[in-house]
Amino acid sequence: MKQEFKIISDFIEKNTRVLDVGCGDGTLMEYLKTNKEIDIRGIEISKSNSQKCVGKGLTVIEGDAEKDLTQFPDSSFDFVILSQTLQAFLNPEIVIQELLRVGKKAIVTVPNFGFWKVRLHLLIKGTMPITKNLPDEWYNTPNLHMCTIKDFYNFCHDRKIKLDKALALRNEKTSPINEINLNIKNLSAELGIFLIEK
Amino acid sequence: MNKNVNTKSIIIDKPLKLDCGQTINNFPLAYETYGALNEKKDNAILVFHALTGDQFVSGINPITKKDGWWSYAVGPNKAIDTNKYFIICANVIGGCLGSFGPSNTNSETNKVYGTTFPIITINDMVNAQNNLLDFFQIEKLFAVMGGSMGGMQVLQFISNFPDRAKIAIPIACTSSHSAQNIAFNELGRQSIMADTNWINGDYANQNKNPNKGLSVARMAAHITYLSKNGLQEKFGRKLQERDDLKFSFDADFQIESYLRHQGSVFVDRFDANSYLYITRAMDYFDLTKEYGGNLSKAFEKTKTKFLVISFTSDWLYPTSENKEIVIALNAIGADVAFVEIESDKGHDSFLLDVPEFLNTLKNFINNSYLII
Repeated sequence: MKQEFKIISDFIEKNTRVLDVGCGDGTLMEYLKTNKEIDIRGIEISKSNSQKCVGKGLTVIEGDAEKDLTQFPDSSFDFVILSQTLQAFLNPEIVIQELLRVGKKAIVTVPNFGFWKVRLHLLIKGTMPITKNLPDEWYNTPNLHMCTIKDFYNFCHDRKIKLDKALALRNEKTSPINEINLNIKNLSAELGIFLIEK
Repeated sequence: MNKNVNTKSIIIDKPLKLDCGQTINNFPLAYETYGALNEKKDNAILVFHALTGDQFVSGINPITKKDGWWSYAVGPNKAIDTNKYFIICANVIGGCLGSFGPSNTNSETNKVYGTTFPIITINDMVNAQNNLLDFFQIEKLFAVMGGSMGGMQVLQFISNFPDRAKIAIPIACTSSHSAQNIAFNELGRQSIMADTNWINGDYANQNKNPNKGLSVARMAAHITYLSKNGLQEKFGRKLQERDDLKFSFDADFQIESYLRHQGSVFVDRFDANSYLYITRAMDYFDLTKEYGGNLSKAFEKTKTKFLVISFTSDWLYPTSENKEIVIALNAIGADVAFVEIESDKGHDSFLLDVPEFLNTLKNFINNSYLII
């Protein structure tokens, strides 16, 4: 399983209620269900992925998180997961608000547009960067709102969203992100993983 | 209609108070089963049929000599695997295949009930069928499922008996019949009642049959089961065994001929009064209203795991109405999954060979059986 999923799973306590927003084919959901006895729900926009998940017996709703999160009551989950999807929403700000309404805590992972390879790609080649975490061309990418680790860090800071944990992921290795090393991590990390709450 | 075919049935001696106020007892409920009940009695699935369905879910229907109405989904190694599960399906009360209905004879008058039969509801149908669980001594069903009116029965069953099924699969249905649904049903009923052979529902006592009215009702309804694209693709403006228009009111177009055929075969297997009674039951169905406008309350007491399924081209019970069920369940943190299957076959998709639907259903059922 992806290192990212292992870290997310470490954030989550046993016997809790979790919602995986954009749960894909349900890999993380299955892992959490079997290893952490989590009461887990998912929401997924792709028909084929939704069908895969439901076929596995997972409680997944086909739907668009941007519209369909409204049906969940306030604080109905202990954790809400949003893995590498924030940048694909029309309005990420509202989605974050919704995550923090529905969940007591949210785990958000962000592909870092400030990663040095991404910056170098744009600087040297002069074309939109394509990396492991950003595999699409500019014309077919689902990503509308790319951001950096620093952007998301500042976003939370400005909105008084509490950052319980902030980790940088690089070559399968994690390190904490803080105010002091923010600029360095923003350059060296491929992915930012944040545990946030209101 | 062939009334001489032997169907399995139980006689329900426990009095059943109907929503209309009348109480019925010692009435027959016809059913069919497929597969075998295991020793633990944990593999039973109760399937609910739709408006014109019956208990003959799979195999050859002994009345029509055609495949059972859900043969694509139910059978050995199919989505609902008769090698693994024990499938029960009953003819709804109000129906015409052995269960208590308007074509039965009233023992007090020695006449066929016709429209003197009491008005029945989805709630009544489900309450009657619950007796089958006692008959088979099944404490808890593994699953309840059904499409269209069958889906409505699923919702009603769970709300009436929150502890009697582990999983529930309502397909292509609604929690409340819409104005459009009622309108189409009224069209069908008026068509039957406009037939002079209907005779205020007394036709059976006078050896008549409102076949024309029933056939038109079926034709109109059949259109609502298909999608515009599906119809266009299958029939378009193709002509029926002719090279040119005949400048008459014959069935020039294939679609006309197809609908006429659908109407004419339907009257051989269905009772016109049953059609009135069952469509009425559907129109009266409003689970939301039953719970004071809050559908969530219908499911508050249940731990049942739900899978709601809709189809993209179903305009009779569209995705939006199926999603209302999902929303109501999520509002109370119930266990609900939902998929909308891509299909151009309209409302009838759930009865047809739609691989994505059948695969999802099969995998969900089999995996849920292992998990739960």
